[in-house]
Amino acid sequence: MTKYRINKTRFVDQTKTVSFTFDGKKYHGFEGDTLASALLSNGIHLIGRSFKYHRPRGIMSCGSEEPNAICQINDNTDLTEPNVRATEIELYEGLKASSQNCWPSLNFDIGGINNLISPFIPAGFYYKTFMWPKSFWKKIYEPLIRLSAGLGKSPTQPDPDIYDHKHEHCDVLVIGGGISGIISAKIAAKNNLKTILIEDKNILGGSTIYQNNKNFIIDNQKSNEWLMNEISELEKLDNLIIKTRTSLAAFHSYNYLLAKENISDHLPLDKKNGSIRQRLWKIRADKVIVAAGAIERPLIFNNNDRPGIILANSVKKYLDFYGVSTGLNNIIFTNNDSAYETAVSLFEKGISVKIVDIRKKSSSNIVKNAEDLGIKIYWNSTVVNTFGYKKIKSIEIMNLSEDGSNVTGNKHKIQCDCLSISGGWTPMVHMHTQSGGKLDFREIDQVFVPTEKSENHINVGSCNGDFELEEIVKNTNYKVKKFLNINEGGFDKISVLCSKESEKKNIWLLPNSISESKTKSFIDFQNDSTAKDIKLALREGFKSIEHVKRYTTTGMATDQGKLSNMHALGIIADTAGVKMGTLGTTTFRPPFTPLTFGAIVGRSVGKFFDIVRKTSIHEWHVQNNAKFENVGQWKRPWYYPINNENLHEAVQRESKAARDSAGILDASTLGKIDIQGSDASEFLNRVYTNAWSKLGIGKCRYGLMLNEDGMVYDDGVTTRLGENHYLMTTTTGGAANVLSKLEDYLQTEWPELDVYLTSVTDHYTTASICGPNSKKILNKLFPNKDFSDEAFPHMSYQDAIIDKIECRIMRISFTGELSYEINVESKYGKSLWENCIAAGEEYKITPYGTETMHLLRAEKGFIIVGQDTDGTMTPIDLQMDWIVSKKKYDFIGKRSLYRSDTMREDRKQLVGLLTDDPNEILEEGAQIVSELDKKPVEMIGHVTSSYFSPNLNKSIALAVVKGGKKMNGQKLFVPMENKNIKVTVSDFIFFDKENKRINA
Amino acid sequence: MFVINCPHCGERDQSEFSCGGEAHIVRPKQPTELSDDEWAEYLFMRKNTKGVQFERWNHAHGCRKWFNMVRDTSNDKIHAVYKMGEKPPVI
Ligand SMILES: [Zn+2]
Repeated sequence: MTKYRINKTRFVDQTKTVSFTFDGKKYHGFEGDTLASALLSNGIHLIGRSFKYHRPRGIMSCGSEEPNAICQINDNTDLTEPNVRATEIELYEGLKASSQNCWPSLNFDIGGINNLISPFIPAGFYYKTFMWPKSFWKKIYEPLIRLSAGLGKSPTQPDPDIYDHKHEHCDVLVIGGGISGIISAKIAAKNNLKTILIEDKNILGGSTIYQNNKNFIIDNQKSNEWLMNEISELEKLDNLIIKTRTSLAAFHSYNYLLAKENISDHLPLDKKNGSIRQRLWKIRADKVIVAAGAIERPLIFNNNDRPGIILANSVKKYLDFYGVSTGLNNIIFTNNDSAYETAVSLFEKGISVKIVDIRKKSSSNIVKNAEDLGIKIYWNSTVVNTFGYKKIKSIEIMNLSEDGSNVTGNKHKIQCDCLSISGGWTPMVHMHTQSGGKLDFREIDQVFVPTEKSENHINVGSCNGDFELEEIVKNTNYKVKKFLNINEGGFDKISVLCSKESEKKNIWLLPNSISESKTKSFIDFQNDSTAKDIKLALREGFKSIEHVKRYTTTGMATDQGKLSNMHALGIIADTAGVKMGTLGTTTFRPPFTPLTFGAIVGRSVGKFFDIVRKTSIHEWHVQNNAKFENVGQWKRPWYYPINNENLHEAVQRESKAARDSAGILDASTLGKIDIQGSDASEFLNRVYTNAWSKLGIGKCRYGLMLNEDGMVYDDGVTTRLGENHYLMTTTTGGAANVLSKLEDYLQTEWPELDVYLTSVTDHYTTASICGPNSKKILNKLFPNKDFSDEAFPHMSYQDAIIDKIECRIMRISFTGELSYEINVESKYGKSLWENCIAAGEEYKITPYGTETMHLLRAEKGFIIVGQDTDGTMTPIDLQMDWIVSKKKYDFIGKRSLYRSDTMREDRKQLVGLLTDDPNEILEEGAQIVSELDKKPVEMIGHVTSSYFSPNLNKSIALAVVKGGKKMNGQKLFVPMENKNIKVTVSDFIFFDKENKRINA
Repeated sequence: MFVINCPHCGERDQSEFSCGGEAHIVRPKQPTELSDDEWAEYLFMRKNTKGVQFERWNHAHGCRKWFNMVRDTSNDKIHAVYKMGEKPPVI
């Protein structure tokens, strides 16, 4: 055993040695240790440097509230993790931990210079100093801040660990496995309720499990022994799930809770392999019992942040749970009785201890116990200073004045190697408030306690403000039985004896003999905010607690101010002279303790991150060297390079081939909605801008759909398959939204219409063949079919058979070429495609991708919704007046086309742009101006589509320009980084204006 | 995260639903006869109440049906759920 491992306990197995490294040096601990208890057993207190002043900081607590002892775990490996609290991580063989926020080393830290210049770094320093000049940001301020700030290092490799999600439902969820949680879980489970008990530590029992003080007796046993029996009884119950190493992350409304279970974090490296690391539980509970406990408060005095200054109850836990003494010459500084338990525990193990108490006296059993043992107590005293750079060496104390607002008498110096502090207890009300619960302020001991309103959750134990053992046990029993409507059994007959606190005194900021400006009394240890900073913020006019918090960064570090928020509030209330209860608290937001990204995303990583939709022809595209682009969730062939062609070269070749001979496109991803019902025609009349009633059976029509605000929403060709049967196509990306919008109108505005909508996008595969030779290819594919213009005109559809497979052929065109779309059931898609390729071989049929499709349609001036429109374009803006019916009484968006704003003539309108240099290709998104000299430069529009047209042998572009309709022939400029490109406004139909090719 | 009682399917997790904003705003039968202001009132203006609000919801990842819900926006308590076309309850 090391010098500081002074005690054997049942929680740490001292026969099982575990080795680990800290900052590269090897140490030993035991199975059951945390990293913090193992370090302390080796006499190591100094763990890191503080955030702003780089002051040496040590372990301060034993749980999730720890502000100082945060480490980088397994640095320089793909498993590395920053900001791990040494107080929470269980020791395992091979653990590598290192200190953070110190450069070049923990013991010599260059940033410590900030500590020396700290009078010049007050609250809001960053806001005030780094405001100007702007040019300093990139080169001076940012590198400087980045070098000395920051907490830990992010991993640079993908996380190799596996994470999991699990849904769970239960009658009762109990949060916290301390004494009140155990009582609650037992009552619930014994009454046939499916119960889950979660506890963030590795074993149940909270702080009672190591409470062996003789002043705390339940049913004639020491409280720890009684509880241990209860736990073994509990573990036998059938309808109870006990989850240790599981911490509650969030408590949402309707009793929906998230909890994170650590599954393999505590295992040695070789046993972690392949195991799930963490599991996020998504729990829906009928009733929730919060038994989250309380956090001990620090005390706020000058230089209260040195390594070796530790919360008193944590000192007791290190001693009685881990068997580790945090010091051999202890002083306890307290304002309440609970720290006396620590003193008695130390004394009984033969360790030197003295007590400084700000109260004048206390006559409780535990204090009497300490006095009887002969422990020296300095009543009515406060610590005014501490000494020792990397570890506390001594303190100075003074007497308090009558009202506690000042100090009197002489300074008295006492040597020590550990200072335990206790400022009382703060109920963990985080869960309660996250769920929407409110708080009341209790004056007598200055705590916020839950206001019980909810029918679906209660708070029990110390998180409810019950701090004495008898209260905890009896109130928990009573409340839980009432909450769960249980009359019999429980713990009604239990007898509890405990020490009761008689004297209460609290001073948020302890007084000092030297001026406040010369003190450093830390409130938020992790973010280095002091009492001085809070007072400065108030002087500078900040009043709201939320503002003071942000300005001073109090409570905004990774510990979320678990130790600091109450003192910040207290000092604000004292300084402003208002009642603390009137200030309210800051908002406690989930997660209660940090969650790993891995736990949040679970299995949804890599190829499971999002759904990938592939057409039935996908494999062919892959085999033929297609490059893909993502359109929504779809993978669409973008272009098919041959040999070493780049995008531009491939697209030029594909575009030329489609117009010179034949091209083929996989158009399966277009959204397809099957529309049936006796009112189908009327329905289309209402949702499209043009008229549909007179469309003959077997005919196709292009339609434009608006939002109710008159802006273009989607477009596509719809085919009338029968009297009451249509097939609508939508854009690839818009399919789902169009369907839900149409459903919305059908169900809510026009329920009288007899119309049924079915999404059939995935049901059909579509091969689109275009080009002057397309008709010949169709003739080969369907030798019995008459493809003459008379028998099968443009914008019509016919059924056909290929290889005994039924298909629909639509003669429609998005390229301006003679063009046919063949639709078959998806399972036959690939064979259809291969037939088309084989039949087209003699015409050198060329597969083309989305990029060529976009180019070809741009040559014809056809818009793409979402590329040439952005939700602010009306059909009139797009110069598509021809598709807006004047005769129809109403359709979605019609009325909005006559609003004063949509009728403005200077709206952005669709135009064509030709560059003066025909080889210059504009950038899509580039801004357009009419005058270069005007200041500020007035942007009058932007380029929406731009290509080099191989069929016209020049650059073409579509753009939207203010008042563009009337600007044909006008010269404009597209200013780029290094040049101004001259352009001329033109018609937006660049190719085959007479539409001759469609019937070629 | 609410549990919503879809009038067609029963209780389901909120993640299956999408909210369609304020309910009982009827699309005018004769839009052409409305002034710009009257049309704008229908098109843009919403109450955004803090407190009891009548809302449209869609069981988007379920039966795809639209229905109405009365929810207190200040505490997310759901007072009532009813089908499209049914009379709103008095809350
Ligand atoms: Zn439903």
